[in-house]
Amino acid sequence: MNLRKLTASMKIAFRALRINRMRSALTMLGIIIGVAAVIAMVAVGSGAQARIQEQIASIGSNLIIVLSGSITSSGIRMGTGNAQTLTEDDARAIVRECDAAALAAPAVRGGAQTVYGNNNWGTQIMGTTPDYLPIRDLGLQEGQAFTTSDVEGAAKVALLGKTVIDNLFYGEDPVGKIIRIKAVPFTVMGTLVPKGQSPTGQDQDDIILIPISTAKKKVLGTSQANYAAVGQIMVQARAGRTAEVQDQMSALLRQRHHLQANEDDDFTIRNMEEVFKAQESSAKVMSLLLAAIASVSLIVGGIGIMNIMLVSVTERTKEIGLRQAVGAKTRDILSQFLVEAVTLSVAGGAAGIVIGITASMLISHFARWSTVVSPGSIALAFLFSGLVGVFFGFYPARKAAFMDPIEALRYE
Amino acid sequence: MSSGANIIEVEHLFRTFFIGEMEVKELVDVSLEIARGDFVAIMGPSGSGKSTLMNILGCLDRPTSGVYRLDGVSVQDLDRDQLAEIRNRRIGFVFQQFNLLARTSALENVELPLLYTSEPVADPERRALTALASVGLAERADHHPNQLSGGQQQRVAIARALVNDPQIVLADEPTGALDSRTSIEIMAILQRLNRGQGITTLIVTHEPDIAAYANRNIYFRDGRIVRDVRLDHPLQADRELLQIAPSAAV
Repeated sequence: MNLRKLTASMKIAFRALRINRMRSALTMLGIIIGVAAVIAMVAVGSGAQARIQEQIASIGSNLIIVLSGSITSSGIRMGTGNAQTLTEDDARAIVRECDAAALAAPAVRGGAQTVYGNNNWGTQIMGTTPDYLPIRDLGLQEGQAFTTSDVEGAAKVALLGKTVIDNLFYGEDPVGKIIRIKAVPFTVMGTLVPKGQSPTGQDQDDIILIPISTAKKKVLGTSQANYAAVGQIMVQARAGRTAEVQDQMSALLRQRHHLQANEDDDFTIRNMEEVFKAQESSAKVMSLLLAAIASVSLIVGGIGIMNIMLVSVTERTKEIGLRQAVGAKTRDILSQFLVEAVTLSVAGGAAGIVIGITASMLISHFARWSTVVSPGSIALAFLFSGLVGVFFGFYPARKAAFMDPIEALRYE
Repeated sequence: MSSGANIIEVEHLFRTFFIGEMEVKELVDVSLEIARGDFVAIMGPSGSGKSTLMNILGCLDRPTSGVYRLDGVSVQDLDRDQLAEIRNRRIGFVFQQFNLLARTSALENVELPLLYTSEPVADPERRALTALASVGLAERADHHPNQLSGGQQQRVAIARALVNDPQIVLADEPTGALDSRTSIEIMAILQRLNRGQGITTLIVTHEPDIAAYANRNIYFRDGRIVRDVRLDHPLQADRELLQIAPSAAV
């Protein structure tokens, strides 16, 4: 079809749609709702995905946690962390021996009551080394981090998470102040950049970081049998080598712990990314499902177009007969009605996109869900609405194009 | 193009319809020749087959059997789109009920056939205006059909039939919906076009008064031609109008 006939068809289509304004608007409504639903649902779905990705990033990139104790030991299934089998030396050995590991930080943790002035707050104490910060992607909001010499000297210094600050200081600047952790005075050296929720829903800001040596000696205590024992080692793998580092660490730790080939591991290696990847893929399935349900309404909208186009063809039988009499060919009539159907669906699609974007903005505003409207989903929805017009407009248009001119002219 | 004297040649034409089991013979062995530039009225009672013949001559329908040559081209075997092309290029239709598109200006109505030409037409608007002027409606180009009288609407329809320079104008009861005075005005226009531009004109009518303006009257009955007479002195519509009211001539 050439441009001349296309513009003529569009003119005819616009006129026909304008004459039946109400009917055109109602027909479009089906497509509008369909497209808006697809866009809003996809936005909600990809918003959820984006949020999970953010959370994964928040726990630290390429993070692998080694926990002491095994899930099974000589056939007895135990919880991890029951036996303090890991040591600070293990952490040093990992960095030294495993070339796929970039950083490793041993950590001990436990709950403790903290006091500042008249306020007190129960929180998590994490005793660790300075490498813990880069491994967990933790930044400092104010002040500075403790150093290796602080660890060696068991300095009584602390880094505070936002939740702790909120509950102890109420707006006061905490840096340089003295707080008491289990009655031991600590100087606040710095404050941590807030991280929000972890993928498992824990508050990652309800924490105090102190040197591991101080934690063992003054706050959390230690097992008498193994002074060097730690609960866990946080390891950052070099980019793209997380699988490799797991194998290397497993081999190294088995060797260091003198485990025989028939003995079970006395440690557990957990790749955090894998855990949360599973969550992400379930969110993906969810958003696909939402989009699929929304597309059903788009198809219903298409059926509405087909219905109204059939009515329109019947109403304009005489006009079709006249056009045929003055020389309109099959494809002229076909394209005229197809253009009309596509105009309905594409106009509906455009309105649906606007409403869909507005709806997803309202959802994120009122329901506080993060939504992401991607240009791809807009383009896809627009394309799909056009296809709906072609698909559902074809049958009525064909019916018009193959009318018998004499019958059509006689139609009253 | 053929240079033969006859623009229409019909030989042993049959048209049979089937309504359920029943066979209805609308045209039975019709043979007919119409000379280039002639003005012919086809007459007969309803159901006599005159409209069926017009549909076939207008390439809207195909005969069951027989030969129809339009300007030397055998059209009985052409397909839908080829027939549409012939209707577009060679034939102008005028209908009893005008068949103008509502909510569409007179000018756009006249332009309609130019939309469907196989080659784009240069300046379709000017051509449509010229056609409107030839029926005396140039100043009504912007009016919509509902703003025009019946006679004016039929003149717009005639302009539409003329716009693509047809060889034949087929008019099916062109005055059937008009009063007698307006009917004569329409006949005056058709006669003028027939004489001035040499357009072969066929009208179907059951009114002898109207048929009297044609050069030749063909009578149908039961699907056959029963009488075919040439009028030596057809009525002149212009003169008739002057007699009714000299000042009102178009």
